[in-house]
Amino acid sequence: MPHLATYIGLADHSEQTLADSFRTVAEGHARAADVFHTCRLLAGWSDEHRTALAPIIERYGEADVDEPERLHAAGLAESRDGDIGLLRDLQDLHVLATLVQTTWTVIAQGAQGLRDHELLDVATSSNAHTARQLTWLNTRLKAAAPQALIVAP
Amino acid sequence: MSDRIADIYGARTPHTKGTVWPARVDQFLDPGVDEGSVDSWVQSACLLCSNGCGVDIAVKDGRMVGVRGRATDVVNHGRLGPKGLYGSTRWANSSDRLTRPLVREGGRLVETDWETAMGRIVDRSKSLLDAKGPLSHGFYTSGQLFLEEYYALAVIGKAGIGTPHMDGNTRLCTATSAAAFKESFGADGQPGSYTDIEHCDAVFLYGHNMPETQTVLWARILDRTRGDDPARIVCVDPRRTLVAMEAERTGGVHLAPRVGTNLALMNGLTHELLVNGWVDQDWVAAHTLGLDDLRSTVEPYTPEHVADICGVDPEDVRRAARIFGESEAVLSTVLQGFYQSHQATAASVAVHNLHLLRGMIGRPGAGILQMNGQPTAQNNRECGADGDLPGFRNWDNPHHVQQLADAWDVDVMTIPHWAPPTHAMQIFSYAETGSIELLWISATNPAVSMPESARIRRILEGDQCFVVVQDLFLTETAELADVVLPAAGWGEKTGCFTNVNRTVHLSEKAVDPPGEAKSDLDIFLMYADRMGFTNRSGEPLLGWRTAEEAFDAWAAITAGRPVDYTGLSYDKLRGPTGIPWPVNKEHPDGTDRLYADAVFPTDTDYCETYGHDLITGGTVTEQEHRAMRPAGRAFLKGAPYTPPHEEPSDDFPLRYTTGRTVYQFHTRTKTGRSADLNRAAPDAWVEISPTDADARGIAEGDWVRVKSPRGAIEVRARVGDVMDGAVFAPFHYGHWEPAAAAGGGHDDANHRLANELTMTVWDPVSKQPTFKTAACQVTRLRASDGPAPAPTTGASAPAERDLAPRRRPRPTQGGGPTTSTTLTETPTYPLDPAQEDS
Ligand code: SF4
Repeated sequence: MPHLATYIGLADHSEQTLADSFRTVAEGHARAADVFHTCRLLAGWSDEHRTALAPIIERYGEADVDEPERLHAAGLAESRDGDIGLLRDLQDLHVLATLVQTTWTVIAQGAQGLRDHELLDVATSSNAHTARQLTWLNTRLKAAAPQALIVAP
Repeated sequence: MSDRIADIYGARTPHTKGTVWPARVDQFLDPGVDEGSVDSWVQSACLLCSNGCGVDIAVKDGRMVGVRGRATDVVNHGRLGPKGLYGSTRWANSSDRLTRPLVREGGRLVETDWETAMGRIVDRSKSLLDAKGPLSHGFYTSGQLFLEEYYALAVIGKAGIGTPHMDGNTRLCTATSAAAFKESFGADGQPGSYTDIEHCDAVFLYGHNMPETQTVLWARILDRTRGDDPARIVCVDPRRTLVAMEAERTGGVHLAPRVGTNLALMNGLTHELLVNGWVDQDWVAAHTLGLDDLRSTVEPYTPEHVADICGVDPEDVRRAARIFGESEAVLSTVLQGFYQSHQATAASVAVHNLHLLRGMIGRPGAGILQMNGQPTAQNNRECGADGDLPGFRNWDNPHHVQQLADAWDVDVMTIPHWAPPTHAMQIFSYAETGSIELLWISATNPAVSMPESARIRRILEGDQCFVVVQDLFLTETAELADVVLPAAGWGEKTGCFTNVNRTVHLSEKAVDPPGEAKSDLDIFLMYADRMGFTNRSGEPLLGWRTAEEAFDAWAAITAGRPVDYTGLSYDKLRGPTGIPWPVNKEHPDGTDRLYADAVFPTDTDYCETYGHDLITGGTVTEQEHRAMRPAGRAFLKGAPYTPPHEEPSDDFPLRYTTGRTVYQFHTRTKTGRSADLNRAAPDAWVEISPTDADARGIAEGDWVRVKSPRGAIEVRARVGDVMDGAVFAPFHYGHWEPAAAAGGGHDDANHRLANELTMTVWDPVSKQPTFKTAACQVTRLRASDGPAPAPTTGASAPAERDLAPRRRPRPTQGGGPTTSTTLTETPTYPLDPAQEDS
């Protein structure tokens, strides 16, 4: 099952990228108190997913990808400034979280095929969490957009 | 004659469960005024807390000289508390009232005329609208205006200008109440009624120090707990309040969870109901959604686990749950201890869950009162001056927005509904960066009441934003404004307001306002006229000229909504009592309690919100909501406990929480100008437990410094009945001081503002700031020559009763004489279930 192992590796890797990026955005926009606290909270969720995945990686092994740059998305090394910067950062997080979500969807399909209950549980519960991360990002983007686009100094 | 500073609640009128609360008429007249010389009594309701007690204002020689409770009013049956008695009218004759507009010239505020002041606002407003559009404008209002004024402001903001940046200080006091209702029941609206007090077996007070916030309501409860067949009290509060003592007296429970851990405790109580089978299965199946998710959310919260998190005895958790589980009818009340703390909405929703699990809603005695702090907060929520859409309409539902556009005859795109309304903390952030350049503040004092006050002052005094303040006095906030407008207050204008259990009162004008002061309604209308706001037919957008016309316009747009005022008019409100909405053809005399039919306003096309993720605040979409088919069923929603945002550390080992005292209201604008009240609580203090005080060498009355990562205050210490590890500070005290004769003249006035220490952080759903979970340290500065200035009557009483004479506080007393007359024949109260049965 080399490809499933690849995807498990991708889940692990992209959750880590997402967690790191959430933290970068939290620190960079600490003045927006809700962004600061919520991004740190959501980073914690991604950490939890990796912890839950760890024993499964032991079982399958974490295969690295042949062309990692084609599969792995780069995280946010640093945050941008100001209201427009926040908007862009939230959008980037949304892209990263979408990659995570589709990865879990794919893994869940594989897990069903293999009747691997442990993996299916991790994939399903992580997927549900990721959906909530995406919902928050969407909500926050919508709230921030008008002011940032029209009047931000 | 009684001194109601010393005797806060007056004499008891105890009565048996299921019987009507007796009537007693409380009255206070200024010294030297006798009843026979009063020229007239003018109908109103008290504006000094959310209870909304019916009063008549005594007028003599064109001045307000006292008040008398209205015996026939369903809210108070004639009673008044100390704030209402001593605080209602004194401020009005105060020599420092604002009587003329002020504008800033060369850095100073100077008197001017209305023409000039309003001209400046309109010039700035028009040029900003041209250059930057509507999002350059923000409005921050109050919980103390009248319904007609909020509605006028809402129409100006939403249909005149078109800005989503509108909120009120209700965000600081009751936003969580509204948010919790919307999450559970689909729309705002108090389910319960005060008459539940007469019929319940137990009252649970969650973070609600009712004896100091709504004294007349507490008197109503005492008349049950001191009568035959008393209700038991369960108290959730980190301080040993009078509620806690009543819990001990009635065989209830006092739970004192660590500050910031309310949700863990609530999950524990929910867990106990579920494992003990204290659930009305049929009712839950028929009328709720979400039981399975709730069950799995609370599964880990055994009493022992809860005890670890909250620092309470696991047996107490079991006992409290048993009282809830085995009572026929429980009344729950909730206030700032939940609303202003960590995970506010989730914890308040958990109270609803307990009632829903037991089917205890919509019948006498089985009720929920998510309380409000301020007297007219409810109207702000209803009218949409807080950013919501008027009439509990859903900003995310295009049909609801269209209804408003039709009623106002404006393009639907004018009404900002593309995103949730901007909450107060975000409005101030936009003002901080100059993204909002005109901020209009009415009847509130954010320089004292908002968290992290040093930052708020910087925002208000900076050049990046033009600040308009309209108020009765030159408050700490008005001092920083660019234009200050003098407002008429209660008794000087006519309008309606609605108390915490939906009861609408008309408050009539009793006297003329001083100088050139104008009602807030007239000020808003003047602005609208000068701005030339018109509808699509070219008519003035706000066509009404009087408060009554504004009221009728408001009532018309509530048709078909849960908050239905269509059956109300000024004439009808001139009757013997206030009337609880909905009032319409179906309910011509109003409605004592909601959801008697167990049908909740959750239908997708009808609800006020599709709901939120309680942990992140992410919004549920219309499709997701529709897929759940709520169709009138209530939501059971749960969330896991997460630790507070700021945990104690080595440098800041204690938890700081702010709160209230019975003798002051809000930032003391009115109560501080009543000598009777102000002398009872003249200056700030902090409360610290005996153990924490000992560890720091602090004795009663010592000057201490309380410091958090954001700021510090230096005040006197009361070694009191707070739990170990917690520090309590009253939030009322800014730098304003009354004259020495009224108990002013303290040298700590510039370093006692409790909000210097609080954090800029808010609940993800209600966006209510968290005032109650900062970390802090307390250090002793020096001895003082007496005890702390804290009252001895309420929760701030000293822990130790036999202090050395020098440190022993004088008992709090000294209010002017008032009269109380218990009526031998209790009036008939419309809708009162105790009288319907007989
Ligand atoms: S309980 Fe509230 S409304 Fe009633 S008199 Fe006291 S302050 Fe006024």
